[in-house]
Amino acid sequence: MEYESVIGMEVHVEINTQSKAFCSCSTNFHAPPNTQVCPVCLGMPGVLPVLNKEFVNKAIAVGLALNCSIAKWSKMDRKNYFYPDLAKNYQISQYDLPLCQNGYLEIEVKGEKKRIRILRAHLEEDTARNTHDLGGGYSGVDFNRSGVPLLEIVTYPDLRSSEEVFVFLTELKQLLEYLGVSDCNMEEGSLRAEANVSVREKGSDALGVKTEIKNVASFSGVVKAIEYEVDRQIQTLQSGGKVIQETRGWDPDRGVTFSQRHKESAHDYRYFPEPDLVPLAVSDKWVEQVRQTMPELPQTRRKRFQEEYGLSLYDASVLTSTKVMADYYEKTVQLGADPKQAANWIQVELQAVLTYENATIENSPITPEHIAQLIALVKDEVISGKIAKEVLRKVFKTGKSPEEIIKEEGLVQITDIEAIRKIVREVIEKNPSQAEQYRSGKDKLFGFFVGQIMRETQGKANPKIVNDILKEELNK
Amino acid sequence: MPISIKEVICTKEGFTTCASKILAGYRSPYDATVVRKLFDADAILIGKVNMDEFAMGSSTENSSIKLTRNPWNLECVPGGSSGGSAASVSAGECVISLGSDTGGSIRQPASFCGCVGLKPTYGRVSRYGLVAFASSLDQIGPLSRNILDSAVTLSVIGGKDPKDTTSVDLPLPDYLEKIKQGIDDNVPIRIGLPKEYFTEDLNKEIKDLIMKAVQALEKQGAEVVEVSLPHTEFAVATYYIICTAEASANLARFDGVRYGFRHTDSRNIIDMYKRTRSDGFGAEVKRRILLGTYVLSSGYYDAYYLKAQKVRRLITQDFEKAFQKCDVIIGPTSPTPAFRFGEKTQNPLEMYLSDIYTISVNLAALPAISVPCGLTQEGLPVGLQFIGKHFDEEHLLSVAYLYEQNREKDIGFPLL
Repeated sequence: MEYESVIGMEVHVEINTQSKAFCSCSTNFHAPPNTQVCPVCLGMPGVLPVLNKEFVNKAIAVGLALNCSIAKWSKMDRKNYFYPDLAKNYQISQYDLPLCQNGYLEIEVKGEKKRIRILRAHLEEDTARNTHDLGGGYSGVDFNRSGVPLLEIVTYPDLRSSEEVFVFLTELKQLLEYLGVSDCNMEEGSLRAEANVSVREKGSDALGVKTEIKNVASFSGVVKAIEYEVDRQIQTLQSGGKVIQETRGWDPDRGVTFSQRHKESAHDYRYFPEPDLVPLAVSDKWVEQVRQTMPELPQTRRKRFQEEYGLSLYDASVLTSTKVMADYYEKTVQLGADPKQAANWIQVELQAVLTYENATIENSPITPEHIAQLIALVKDEVISGKIAKEVLRKVFKTGKSPEEIIKEEGLVQITDIEAIRKIVREVIEKNPSQAEQYRSGKDKLFGFFVGQIMRETQGKANPKIVNDILKEELNK
Repeated sequence: MPISIKEVICTKEGFTTCASKILAGYRSPYDATVVRKLFDADAILIGKVNMDEFAMGSSTENSSIKLTRNPWNLECVPGGSSGGSAASVSAGECVISLGSDTGGSIRQPASFCGCVGLKPTYGRVSRYGLVAFASSLDQIGPLSRNILDSAVTLSVIGGKDPKDTTSVDLPLPDYLEKIKQGIDDNVPIRIGLPKEYFTEDLNKEIKDLIMKAVQALEKQGAEVVEVSLPHTEFAVATYYIICTAEASANLARFDGVRYGFRHTDSRNIIDMYKRTRSDGFGAEVKRRILLGTYVLSSGYYDAYYLKAQKVRRLITQDFEKAFQKCDVIIGPTSPTPAFRFGEKTQNPLEMYLSDIYTISVNLAALPAISVPCGLTQEGLPVGLQFIGKHFDEEHLLSVAYLYEQNREKDIGFPLL
């Protein structure tokens, strides 16, 4: 029997608002433990939550980007369970009236486009963090993260392979980064992906028994966990066993999933409407206001880059892979650089410097102005392409502009024909035997002369002029 | 102005224990919004006062701190849950006390102790800093010896609070000014008497005192009409589903992890939770947490919680209809005067029924005030309840004031 896998994703995204979801504490939870806290996020007696508007704005933006409908009327609910990282022993979340519903995200796998339907995206608050390495038989709780805004995005079980999951997560992450709503750092937990995995006979419409894989710290981990889990389920079924509905963890060292909690011991969360918060009414006007502030999304931008700048699909994809990169590229072009030259310089030369220096485009001192200037200097034959690459490295090191560096280091290209002719003649005079050999047919020696001339001029001579004059002089 | 504050309202000064062992010695790091407003108006806090644990009870007998007696008869309970507030005002220890009212917890003790107790419209007063019992029902309000003192207090503590999104942004009148202006003589006051409140179950002595009060108002030109609140009989059941459901979540934070009492002799975290909460909460609180957890449980939610929300809506509609025929509804605050210690502690349901006339008001989110209307033969005070329209405390207080100024006689104060 041939099986296919059926996968749905639940993705928790930490939304990067200034303050927490229900109080005015900073969301900078990496600060020293329990410094970003107040009575509200500590769940002290008598406190009340107040919903952060920026959180709602950003959630609406995500909803719109995922083609969801935004509920005109939604509400918050309490999800009840006891755990020391949960200050109130209930989490404020959304149950039956989520803010965003019924959307989709388009992915492309092996040249085929596919829509992954989004069931819902809802608002909730993050928990605190427990630490168990304090010694003395005690665990500690750091409440800095308590109440940080979270958006939970839930898909339909539309994904059919780990590869589709990988592409989906990559597209989603790119979208969230473009919207500027999250740091999307999986290692730090600002993006958390859980997979609901089941298998069924290929061609069947029925859903098999699913398992839920939690606590995976990277995209590649999610892919491996799903691959393992699909195999495990198929083998279980083929050997006559049954898949049990349960929550499974992922052990990245052993490369296996393992049982964590059975359905029978699943929580009854006793959801009910949060009486401390009034319902959330979102007007069409509000949604429009958010729409106005949304940037162009990656899929649209990719297409536009191809059409407007004549870039290949590959170049357009690379340059739109992050909003920072795409903005950087467009700025360079707006400063007058040739679009194809700019694409080349940013993808190849700039990347090379950044890789070498172990830097990123965000923290690099090289600006689009610098790149545009370098391209112009090469075009105007002030410097050669080779020198330009050196200058780029120096821009990184010094933070000075290319023009400054060229001036300071006297790197301006020699284009004076008579000056170059003088040097060419001197080099030929110094090497009479090579000149003789060249003239008797040893063409390869032309390169030798170019090298000598470049050495004399420290590479500053215009290569084209050197070529022309050298030919002239040797053939005299 | 010397004031006392119920132990369920957060003050940096003194303790905020909610009369519970689980918060023994707890000091709040902040002042409730109402407390800040009162301090800004130069109020002086003379003490935090006793109550039923977490405001759950009708006699203040559910306190883990101390016993509070009724100043009119020391063998009797002061009512509850704001029993300390009512007793402190009645005994003349302070001019105003802040209480909280979830199902009658201001009005019933005010009635038992012969003072005025005002429960404002839900949303009129900020709940920030009121330790939540049932969030959709709780309201802070004043207890005082007369209506003017309560009216002044409401003008100070009322209004929209950015820290409480359920507080409502409506103009807050100067109630003292409005009451003194009196009621426009040209517009007759229409008073509604709900037939469901005047059944055979009502204590005869109380019924007579209420009818005397109605006559006094009629003398002042009030028109009396009969109204009907047909869903009254479901109020107690509805209330005990909604308030316990909310309480089960609100009280979940008392777990021994961050503050308050922690059972130190436990094997692991679950054991710590169990022992802390078993030892820290009293019987009535545990009863309500269990009931609330049950009604929210999977498979029971629709039958209990959801049904109760629907009945709550019907009860609210009862009042909306009744208010088409009248401006203010009048009836007893409590079916009995103050009872004796231990009289009802063995039977929770009987204790719950002592709030039968006050509970509907919270379910419908209306404002109401209890005003003394006489003494029983035994010398115990009886309270008259006025129920107003949403956010119309102005009219409610004016009618109550008209009565206060024209009642047969003032019951005066207990001789201690």
